[in-house]
Amino acid sequence: MSVTALDIISHQGMTPRRVFGAYVAEARSECLRYFRAPGFLLPITLFPTMFYLLFGIVMNHNAPGNAARYLLASYSVFGVMSPGLFGFGVSLALERDNGLLTLKRALPMPPGAYLLGKMVMAMLAAGMVIVLLLALAVALAHVPLGIRQALSLLVTGMLGVLPFCALGMLVGTLVKGQGAPGVVNIIYLPMSFLSGLWIPLSALPSVLQRIAPIWPSAHLQQLALGAIGLEHVNAWPHLLVLFAYTAGFFLLAVRRLRRLG
Amino acid sequence: MTKPVAVVASLAGAVKHYGALTALDGLDLMLHRGELLALLGPNGAGKSTAISLLLGLTRADAGKVELFGKDPQDISARRRIGVMLQTASLPQTLAVSELLRLTMSYYPAPRTLDETAELAGVTGLLSRRYAALSGGEQRRVQFAMALCGRPELLFLDEPTVGMDIGARQKLWTAIRRLVGEGCAIVLTTHYLEEAEALAQRVVVLGKGRVLSEGSVDSLRSRVAMTRIRCISDLDAASLATWPHVSHAERDGQHLHLHSDAPENVLRRLLDADPALCELEVRRAGLAEAFTELTRDADTTKEAA
Repeated sequence: MSVTALDIISHQGMTPRRVFGAYVAEARSECLRYFRAPGFLLPITLFPTMFYLLFGIVMNHNAPGNAARYLLASYSVFGVMSPGLFGFGVSLALERDNGLLTLKRALPMPPGAYLLGKMVMAMLAAGMVIVLLLALAVALAHVPLGIRQALSLLVTGMLGVLPFCALGMLVGTLVKGQGAPGVVNIIYLPMSFLSGLWIPLSALPSVLQRIAPIWPSAHLQQLALGAIGLEHVNAWPHLLVLFAYTAGFFLLAVRRLRRLG
Repeated sequence: MTKPVAVVASLAGAVKHYGALTALDGLDLMLHRGELLALLGPNGAGKSTAISLLLGLTRADAGKVELFGKDPQDISARRRIGVMLQTASLPQTLAVSELLRLTMSYYPAPRTLDETAELAGVTGLLSRRYAALSGGEQRRVQFAMALCGRPELLFLDEPTVGMDIGARQKLWTAIRRLVGEGCAIVLTTHYLEEAEALAQRVVVLGKGRVLSEGSVDSLRSRVAMTRIRCISDLDAASLATWPHVSHAERDGQHLHLHSDAPENVLRRLLDADPALCELEVRRAGLAEAFTELTRDADTTKEAA
């Protein structure tokens, strides 16, 4: 066999199977990498579970009605936002700064593998937070939940992380390096409060109630409440709003990434 | 059948501005199969920009950039290259073998993990977390990632920064082996002895243009200067007036002379001082040639 024939085999022979393998390898590395990092995992899992334990279970011990169930939905949304915002936004901002993104762009990594890997990681982290909250709700607060309701909350959480991934990605393209965690917190914490995740919307001033539909987290909370059977809402408007936010943030972020690298 | 290409990558009349700054000012550069090219130049000469263009990280404002006859942003062209960048902070919590397997997954026909590790000298590090490695070990892992895809063209940007002498020698051996296998390499380095030891061709950049291009010897011969060092009582000031002596200086017991005709100067020197001892004669190295070249570029620029 001549040298050129060998060349053709070895260099155009990136089979679809190997390309798929590269996507899987990227997602696997991204998951391993973050699940081994306590600095990422601990805040993401501890804040929602501790808040839920304190405000949803301990302080509501003798409260009547559905408080523990209502707050399960709220803290699920609160817990799902952070893997998206931090896992995507902060890590992208850091990696644009420290050279890792440049190296990945120089290497023949298949297009989109970097973002898909982070997305898979954020979805798994979100799923983990929901499972922990469900365990607390069922075991300690004795919230009666069917398998179907638990699963639909899990699915809501794992897909509900996506608008926050897109928002995080946009922030990650606007801010570079160490400034990102601060900016992400400035978005994360007020948005959580303003969409009624800490104090129910009905207890907030009416101005805040009226502007609440601006926040993607308020729509996700409606979906989460519906998932565990607290409110019988029509899911479609909320799904559409969340989808629009995801697409909008993502397209803006991609445009900026293309331009700046 | 396609014709085998001898040129693996090229820049032709490449121009790149960053705002008011001209990083590349019509740069022409060709990389050939199986050749190690050292790209030298002071900071801001355009080395990094030239490499960014060849890797498809940025686009040229004008001129043509080709990687294996294609646009460098075409992923099929980049599947034939390996990259080691100057600053890249890799995921700290991954093990070395995991980092290598991930990089291998991007390529159509990578080396095996064992072969990669052996070539780059990281066999003993495979199970360690990246964060637990020393700076020099991390550089070796980055080198392993660069060569794991069986590249035909390897970009090494300051590869030996932070390495001790032993690690540097091992890396040089690995680089020579890759060149022997027909891999083309672009090396940027601040260590001129590294370019001297490895490069077949040296390109010196300054202000975004090629100042000089040729073999190490031809570059060195542009500076017709030899250093002479000895212990002698002769007066440095009067030595400086001798023909063919361009510089004379005393440093304690030692005399330092620069000459463009060392044979003549030596004959006269030995006659003048029979007690002269510890004689050393050394030809100018790449470092002197480099200083001379880049200084010329600076002065012409200022005069203009």
